[in-house]
Amino acid sequence: MADLTQSDGVLSATTSRQRPRIKLRHIADHAILMAGALLMVFPVVLVLMTTSFSDADIAKHGLQLGFEGNMLENFEAAMFEASGFTKTITGTRMLMNSMILGLGFAIGKIVISMMAAYAIVYFRLRFATFAFWIIFTTLLLPLEVRILPSYEAIQSLGLANTYTGLIVPLIASATGTFFFRQFFRSIPEELVEAARIDGAGPVKFFIDILVPLSRTMIAAIFIIMFVYGWNQYLWPTLITTDEGLFTLVRGIKQIVQVLSQTGAMIPEYGKALALSLIAMIPPVLIVIFFQSWFVKGLTESDK
Amino acid sequence: MAQVTLDRVRKTYPNGHDAVHPCSVEIPDGELVVLVGPSGCGKSTLLRMIAGLEDITDGALSIGTEVVNDRDPADRNIAMVFQNYALYPHMSVAKNMGYGLKNRGASKSEIEAKVQEAARILNLGDYLDRRPSQLSGGQRQRVAMGRAIVRDPELFLFDEPLSNLDAKLRNQMRIEIRALQQRLGVTSVYVTHDQVEAMTMADRIIVLNEGRVEQIGTPTEIYEHPASTFVAGFMGAPPMNLMLAQIANGGLMLGGDTRLPFAAPAVATDTVLVGFRPEDVRLGGDGATMLQVEIIEELGAHRLLHGKLGDQAFSLSVGKDEAAALGPQPITLPQDRIHFFHPERGTRI
Repeated sequence: MADLTQSDGVLSATTSRQRPRIKLRHIADHAILMAGALLMVFPVVLVLMTTSFSDADIAKHGLQLGFEGNMLENFEAAMFEASGFTKTITGTRMLMNSMILGLGFAIGKIVISMMAAYAIVYFRLRFATFAFWIIFTTLLLPLEVRILPSYEAIQSLGLANTYTGLIVPLIASATGTFFFRQFFRSIPEELVEAARIDGAGPVKFFIDILVPLSRTMIAAIFIIMFVYGWNQYLWPTLITTDEGLFTLVRGIKQIVQVLSQTGAMIPEYGKALALSLIAMIPPVLIVIFFQSWFVKGLTESDK
Repeated sequence: MAQVTLDRVRKTYPNGHDAVHPCSVEIPDGELVVLVGPSGCGKSTLLRMIAGLEDITDGALSIGTEVVNDRDPADRNIAMVFQNYALYPHMSVAKNMGYGLKNRGASKSEIEAKVQEAARILNLGDYLDRRPSQLSGGQRQRVAMGRAIVRDPELFLFDEPLSNLDAKLRNQMRIEIRALQQRLGVTSVYVTHDQVEAMTMADRIIVLNEGRVEQIGTPTEIYEHPASTFVAGFMGAPPMNLMLAQIANGGLMLGGDTRLPFAAPAVATDTVLVGFRPEDVRLGGDGATMLQVEIIEELGAHRLLHGKLGDQAFSLSVGKDEAAALGPQPITLPQDRIHFFHPERGTRI
């Protein structure tokens, strides 16, 4: 849709040079788009502006428009100042933790679901279809439903407060398996046979043929899963009590709870707001960077 | 290069369906054998068994001197060209051709040399860096051929390689494939449902019907001496005229009191199937046999006359210069071109 409107705009721009006539319809279209964009961006701008105020100002007046001189300090404090009860966690550390969670989550999900789909589609397993439907029905059991047994299991394995414990319970993915299964099924049978005659065994076929063919699909799922993993809140809150393992999304809340060190005894609002802006950046970058792949992956299959 | 021997090779699917009944064929070194038959006759299954893509239920398949029943496709030293080419879409033409060699552990320079050689033979030199999606149908077909050539296989397998091409390109590729096969001298098995391809390309043809071998022979043998009514009807266009004749006093009677001017063969049945190829029958004659012409089809080089002989459908083909008219026409049925078949079993008498 966005593309269509865009090319429409370009078209009207070039024709209007020849004939100075702008269609009313285009003005209306663009007005709606701009209004929508403003509506989406406004809260972010508001937060950005508010970070330029001191904690006291924010505590007194709430979010505000305009500029004061505290922005740099707030961001610096957010990134580098150790905070929390134990004074061990900085913004950079949280950013890194979030990155590890997001990447581990997305890559783990892709690897696991690709391999599951590969097994289901290409190997004559006895209960392949049954296995697939079992995997599929786990969609009915999101993390929230199984959170206590999951916690219990991870805890008793001694994996609480580790990256493994943070990531592994989340990477089984019915959606990913389903997408890859559908994609693999659309790959012509002859391609598999040609590869067999060319001497590609199961592993070679997977790595040399399936993975490259799935790359747009992988990119699309990577984006969705990275953002999803980045935004995880409940599980990290439960499984990480060690502040060194806090992720951004989880850490922001912690900061607001801790009172300012400046003696004013108010929460460090500026730092928290700055941190929440920082938390937005990587998912946005990932989406921008992978956008064309994402669209490709969802709309066309490279065959 | 090798000869291929099928010894009572059979395929039964787990659901009990007999896709291929026991089939024994010997394909000498360098020969191109065409498997032909209608859809579902088991020709592709047979080919896929030779390739190793399908398990052999029973019997022995040898390539060269070794039985290869239990060998992986990659270890049979074969190459296969698929109907939809089955090129790897994400690899360049050169990579597509070299992939099999790479998996065998050939060195980079060896792969490079072989790919260059194949590209030269197939006129693909300018396209080596392109993706399959950037090529036309004919070029993709050539790449598929190239992928087969570079492996130096003992056996080429073709699974309806030309059916995705348009008619003109198909004729051209047919000749190219045949020329290439003869030049390389590689034993080949070629599956098609197109009897023209079968007739023009084959050293020998295997006609299959419902999983059974109907006849094995050179194109001429198949055409001149079809072993059954199925072969007679399948090979040749338009198909052979088959008429059910009553045997009466040693003569052959069609319905409507039409008598064929031949002696009946010595058979135990009361009836017999009489066959004539449309192109063997001549227009004109002494008036003893009259064809009631109902439709004339103009085909340019020749015409097809469809009508009734007695009460049975009959077609004949005449040259473009011969006068053809509707209504009763005298025809001549040459004695030496007659075919007799068993009325129930359909076998040649």
